[in-house]
Amino acid sequence: MAVLEILKIPDERLKQVSDPVEQFDDALRTFVADLEETRRDGPAAVGIAAPQVGHFQRIVIVDVSNTRKPVPNHGHMILVNPEITHWEGFEMGREGCLSVPDYTGNVIRATHIKIRAQDPWGKLLEYEMEGYEARAVQHELDHIDGMLFIDRVVSRRTDLFQRKVYQKGGKSKK
Amino acid sequence: MSDWKMLTLVGEDQPGIVGQVTNALYQGGWNLGEASMIRLGGNFTIMLMVSGSGAVEPVLQPVATKLGLHMHVDDIAGSLHQHVVPNIQVRVAGADRAGIVAQVTAVLAEKGFNILELESDVAGSSNRPVYIMHIQGYSELPLELIEEALDNLGDIDVNVSPIETLIG
Repeated sequence: MAVLEILKIPDERLKQVSDPVEQFDDALRTFVADLEETRRDGPAAVGIAAPQVGHFQRIVIVDVSNTRKPVPNHGHMILVNPEITHWEGFEMGREGCLSVPDYTGNVIRATHIKIRAQDPWGKLLEYEMEGYEARAVQHELDHIDGMLFIDRVVSRRTDLFQRKVYQKGGKSKK
Repeated sequence: MSDWKMLTLVGEDQPGIVGQVTNALYQGGWNLGEASMIRLGGNFTIMLMVSGSGAVEPVLQPVATKLGLHMHVDDIAGSLHQHVVPNIQVRVAGADRAGIVAQVTAVLAEKGFNILELESDVAGSSNRPVYIMHIQGYSELPLELIEEALDNLGDIDVNVSPIETLIG
């Protein structure tokens, strides 16, 4: 196990789109263990994505089971090749990022999503989630598509206007 | 000793204010820090941290005069990377009347709530104005205590919610 180095803006590699995982082998599982150790090493991060450590495969880890006030959650999730299959509702929330030190901003995300992914052995996973956990998954999925939350930050005053823009962007991604 | 100054500029809104002001600063060798700029009631307002050497007033006076902006400069003790992340949000809405902000913020101050950001606007119409205010701030106290303290403000609708900043 090892703590990996986190890429930070303005590192161009954070804009790279990651490749799907095809080999569900020990190398993958070793990397996932390192990624998890890296997530736990710094400030309390509820998620981390492989490209944040310069590994450009579609792998993310999300765990919102430790928030100050408990929120609905599925515990510790390792999501390989994750995809959002359904989303609805919009809500603004404050986000920060291991790759964007000393900055937080407001981002609009879907409130309910359904996702499909694989576990580190290739088994199919399906989750339906809401609120903070759904936000965390959307934040991490952005990373594997080369997006950062700072690409989506809105001011409260432009909330309604941005909401429409976001819907379009979110749909065209898939 | 900080080398930052806080620059305040206010004047009737028109296109080009930010462009001309920041260009004058750039040409004069000044660096920009954190800023808040917004249109309020037909005026454009700028609060801007700048750092550089010497006096900033001579650099900006020509453009301020040309654009009709009032200028004010203070030496400040602050610096960058001093962010406090808010953990509580207070939303207020109600028929506009005198004292809404005073009442809400007096309660918050009494509870030691530190306001980091306040935005307010008057919505509705001239006949039936509605006051809307969003406050984000930091409090050591549990949210429920803040909520309880704000519970007896009568006609004002106050909503207190946690801000759980997601780090991912």
